[in-house]
Amino acid sequence: MAKSFLSIERLTQKYPDGKGGEFTVFENASFGIEKGEFVCILGHSGCGKSTIMNILAGLSEPTLGVVKMDGLEVSGPSLDRGVVFQNYSLLPWLTALKNVTFGVAARFPNWTKQQVEDHSIAFLNKVGLSGDSIHRKPSQLSGGMRQRVSIARAFANEPKLLLLDEPFGALDALTRGTIQEELLKVWSGTDQTVFMITHDIDEAILLADRILLMTNGPLARVAESVEITIPRPRVRTEIVENANYYAIRNHLVQFLGKRSAELAGQPSVAGETHSPEKIHIDKTVGMVGNQPLLQAVKT
Amino acid sequence: METMSENKRAAIWSFTLLLVSLLVWEFSIPTQQVATGELTEYEILIGAGTAKAGVPPPSEVIVKAWEELSNPFYDAGPNDKGIGIQIGYSIYRVLAGYFLAALIAIPLGFLIGMSSVAYKALNPFIQILRPISPLAWMPLALFIIQDSEASAIFVIFICSIWPMLLNTAFGVAGVREDWVNVARTHELSALRTAFTVVLPAAAPTIVTGMRISIGIAWLVIVAAEMLVGGTGIGYYVWNEWNNLDLTSVIFSIFMIGVVGMLLDAAFGLLQRRVAYVE
Ligand SMILES: Nc1ncnc2c1ncn2[C@@H]1O[C@H](COP(=O)(O)OP(=O)(O)OP(=O)(O)O)[C@@H](O)[C@H]1O
Ligand SMILES: [Mg+2]
Repeated sequence: MAKSFLSIERLTQKYPDGKGGEFTVFENASFGIEKGEFVCILGHSGCGKSTIMNILAGLSEPTLGVVKMDGLEVSGPSLDRGVVFQNYSLLPWLTALKNVTFGVAARFPNWTKQQVEDHSIAFLNKVGLSGDSIHRKPSQLSGGMRQRVSIARAFANEPKLLLLDEPFGALDALTRGTIQEELLKVWSGTDQTVFMITHDIDEAILLADRILLMTNGPLARVAESVEITIPRPRVRTEIVENANYYAIRNHLVQFLGKRSAELAGQPSVAGETHSPEKIHIDKTVGMVGNQPLLQAVKT
Repeated sequence: METMSENKRAAIWSFTLLLVSLLVWEFSIPTQQVATGELTEYEILIGAGTAKAGVPPPSEVIVKAWEELSNPFYDAGPNDKGIGIQIGYSIYRVLAGYFLAALIAIPLGFLIGMSSVAYKALNPFIQILRPISPLAWMPLALFIIQDSEASAIFVIFICSIWPMLLNTAFGVAGVREDWVNVARTHELSALRTAFTVVLPAAAPTIVTGMRISIGIAWLVIVAAEMLVGGTGIGYYVWNEWNNLDLTSVIFSIFMIGVVGMLLDAAFGLLQRRVAYVE
């Protein structure tokens, strides 16, 4: 297998269990992400999604294993990897605009103040923020607006890899929908790679090229990698009409509802790496007739 | 009445309270019995004829205040300086000791807040030094420094260092990890992280410590100046007491309160400027 843009190799994370021993969040997890890909990861609470993301960001170190980006080992955080944290993480004493220029100035230290500001405002506009709201402090913005600022901050830095930890978790469905579309707008047309954690199946289908499915922890695995065979550009109201939509959705629901628990808790055989099984569901091409509704092809 | 704002009502109450207490004070003081007629030799000896010994009524204090405040900066020799000059000396000592303390407490507090090893190493010293009354240092300071002026400043230094040190450490240690992570993902240097993320994040706690410190420093300077003498509002109070000039004593007590309030208000203002809502 050719090396991916981002390759996660035999990642293991153990934590002390508070009783003197240790528990394994995941073990020997291995997968790759290609350049320009939008990958979502789904899994139950506590299975280790944020842990993986923090390792990818370089914010924490795994117990074992390496992450390589462009062939170089990730050690410590970098401006090449932008992060949108679960709880926005805006600096509350800065205005929305200053929160973005803060990042841009760090990314492009040679730019003039004006350049930094113009660039920042452009990205705030892209996520639908303009006018005087960008001069307000985060506490004076709604949750949706805050998350927009946070996304603008990450994208304005034009990192090679974007890591989003449940960016819309705290938002209502309506706002969520709008920001998802804005996110797609900002992302498309760039060659940026996105790795996003979510709890929302529909969100994952709308946004992702590929969905990684994690089993429950402890000893969680990235068990499957489901390709989203729905052509872009995707619009929320239209993708539901695509023949693949419900097949994929069903597969995901089945996994999270049943198999994530069944597959959980298996310790690995010594030396074995856990790579996700590739799932390709496509009902738009002629498939074998006697397949059940769920047409998963393992490749 | 209902249309009146809360502040207005409170102001009316304050004013009434002030007026009533001044009136009670004024009329509870028996008019000076300046003895008429013959005084015995003994009465003359103990000064019964002079009208100064009792607690003065507020009207006298107000007259005194007017007198003093209309010419606050006169200087007629070492024992007779205007109230403005005396307060000026006190403020100078307080600020000198205070800023020296800040200069040490804030960087050291940063260190302690960031490193748990530094915290654990320094904690025993802090715990034992902090409860010492600042005036207890005075003899030692006078002996070592050999200068009353510098000793007073040292006492201010030592009393204002603790709240600033502890609050800085506490504030820095409590900076949300998310914010530090934001700095990390932007590859900020340690110094830039300290100034652009940790300092603003911890500023409200730090300024609270600074506000407590300036309050304590102002409390302590009065006592310190009573001990070392020479100049300052503390010395002034003590000197007027020795002169049995209670009107001046009461007036200067009032002035101590006013200056303390202004110092506190200044830091209150600063506190509001660095405050943020999460
Ligand atoms: N610093 C830590 N020390 C000990 N255990 C930890 C630590 N961080 C995470 N864990 C444990 O690791 C497991 C995975 O945590 P993680 O935050 O990655 O879950 P998650 O999949 O992101 O969950 P959620 O969807 O709720 O955010 C959990 O069982 C958690 O208790
Ligand atoms: Mg999480």
